[in-house]
Amino acid sequence: MRLETDSGDDVGQLEAGLDALQAEPPGRSRVRPAIGKALLPVFALAAIVYVWQMYIWIVQPRPDILPGPADVAAALGSLWGDGAAQETILTSLERGVLGFLIAAVIATPAGLLLSQHKGLRAAFGPLISGLQVLPSVAWVPAAIIWFGLTDATVYFVVLMGAVPSIINGLISGVDQVPPQFLRVGHVLGANRWQQATRIILPAALPGYIGGLKQGWAFSWRSLMAAEIITVGGSMGFGLGSLLQQGRDLSDMAIVVSAILLILAIGIVIELLVFAPVERRLLRGRGLLKSGEA
Amino acid sequence: MTSQNTVLQRAAAQLEISGLSKRFGPDAPLVLDNVNLSVERGEFVALLGASGCGKSTLLNLVAGLEEPTAGELKAPEAAFMFQDASLFPWLSAQANVELALELRGVGRQERTEQAGELLELVHLGGAGKKRPHELSGGMRQRVALARSLAQSRELLLMDEPFAALDAITRDLLHDELERVWRRTGRTIIFITHNVREAVRLGQRVLLMSSRPGRIVAEWSVSEGLDARDRAELSGEITTVLRREIRRHAA
Ligand SMILES: Nc1ncnc2c1ncn2[C@@H]1O[C@H](COP(=O)(O)OP(=O)(O)OP(=O)(O)O)[C@@H](O)[C@H]1O
Ligand SMILES: [Mg+2]
Repeated sequence: MRLETDSGDDVGQLEAGLDALQAEPPGRSRVRPAIGKALLPVFALAAIVYVWQMYIWIVQPRPDILPGPADVAAALGSLWGDGAAQETILTSLERGVLGFLIAAVIATPAGLLLSQHKGLRAAFGPLISGLQVLPSVAWVPAAIIWFGLTDATVYFVVLMGAVPSIINGLISGVDQVPPQFLRVGHVLGANRWQQATRIILPAALPGYIGGLKQGWAFSWRSLMAAEIITVGGSMGFGLGSLLQQGRDLSDMAIVVSAILLILAIGIVIELLVFAPVERRLLRGRGLLKSGEA
Repeated sequence: MTSQNTVLQRAAAQLEISGLSKRFGPDAPLVLDNVNLSVERGEFVALLGASGCGKSTLLNLVAGLEEPTAGELKAPEAAFMFQDASLFPWLSAQANVELALELRGVGRQERTEQAGELLELVHLGGAGKKRPHELSGGMRQRVALARSLAQSRELLLMDEPFAALDAITRDLLHDELERVWRRTGRTIIFITHNVREAVRLGQRVLLMSSRPGRIVAEWSVSEGLDARDRAELSGEITTVLRREIRRHAA
């Protein structure tokens, strides 16, 4: 008996030694490269502004055709100064986020159902893939006829853009779940519900997040299209409306400002919301190389 | 739990297979042909055979992952340990073991406690928080062992669980598995194509032929064998195994 515990401890020690040798050593901090990497896009931006300014100086286009960086900065400044920029951003963001959330709430159960039910999927799969390819601007005229110049029109167009891509993301996420996980689930005694919620859903999460990300991109694009086309009525005044107003006033500086704001919001949401979630998810599963920040 | 108890009362044999055959699809060749096997409670059986002879298929049938084409199979619900650890990458080592307990219906508090104990049992007490990708191959395999023990089933099926590991780690895991087997009294069917591993672990070594798979030879390994006896037995089994494989060369 004594002998056995002794040898047991010995094995334990040997094992601990092996484990220490084979496990990943704790990573060094990579703060400096991370900062360097964050600076690169700033340099790229500076280079673009530089080329833009050079073009203005050398070619000297009419400012109502192409304003220079300084003109646009001034327009942005005054939009910000009188609160118009903040208001349009808030209006658009609110619609975009709300529309996206509604789309996610509709698409998630629908996607799960389609991924689990062969018949439903065979019936609706092609339609949903088709809808994903159809530019959602195509829905704007119909939506105006149905809902008039109200927010309902905007939300309808956003949903038609976002729902199919979230559904497709979830379905392809489920399709990519390794069959081995399902076998393990079966062996562990999971019933259908447990199989779906404890194994398939978490395993499909990366694909699902990818679908959500794409769904957001479609929401934002569709929203801008809808806002540009449908101005007036009971609709709030968003970034797309601002863009359209700039065009009506032939004020190119406002047009460029609006485009830059739309672009900036897209980048900020990607950087602040989706990128961290995605990175955390992948790193937690060891799917990210340690060098990638 | 109750189903296991009834099995306990009914028969001494834990696993009974008679005339079992399997083919994948109507025109496919027979993978298993008339396999007969009876395994007693608490027995450690090693199943040897060349690659592709149908070992995994046999184990999958026993686990209910495949349906037999013909024959009878009486097996309790079994725990299964796969060749690759097959841990869920989104769960920590501890949570992987806890999931097995949860799917068995163990309450939340007991789960944490029991999972901790099981990880201790495989000498991984300190690694519970780690995700599978942070563990070495040997550690992952031990978590998988802890998880299959968490299922608390009398029959444990192991499909080449240590094949991908280096020799030192494999030796350790042999010791560990033997210790766990003695302590828990489980019935184990262990697949391998390594003759020495089969002789090291099994009380009984079964040899399968290829195409179609049948059980063609059997040796019992008595406890008292010393290293030389084991080496001799390994040599003998290897000879028969090679003869089996050579038959297909013609
Ligand atoms: N799902 C399947 N569909 C069709 N054929 C299969 C399937 N699974 C296994 N087979 C075939 O059955 C035969 C036996 O396969 P099996 O995996 O049981 O072999 P094995 O003895 O476990 O081999 P290894 O030692 O390489 O793991 C092989 O010829 C294989 O091609
Ligand atoms: Mg196999």
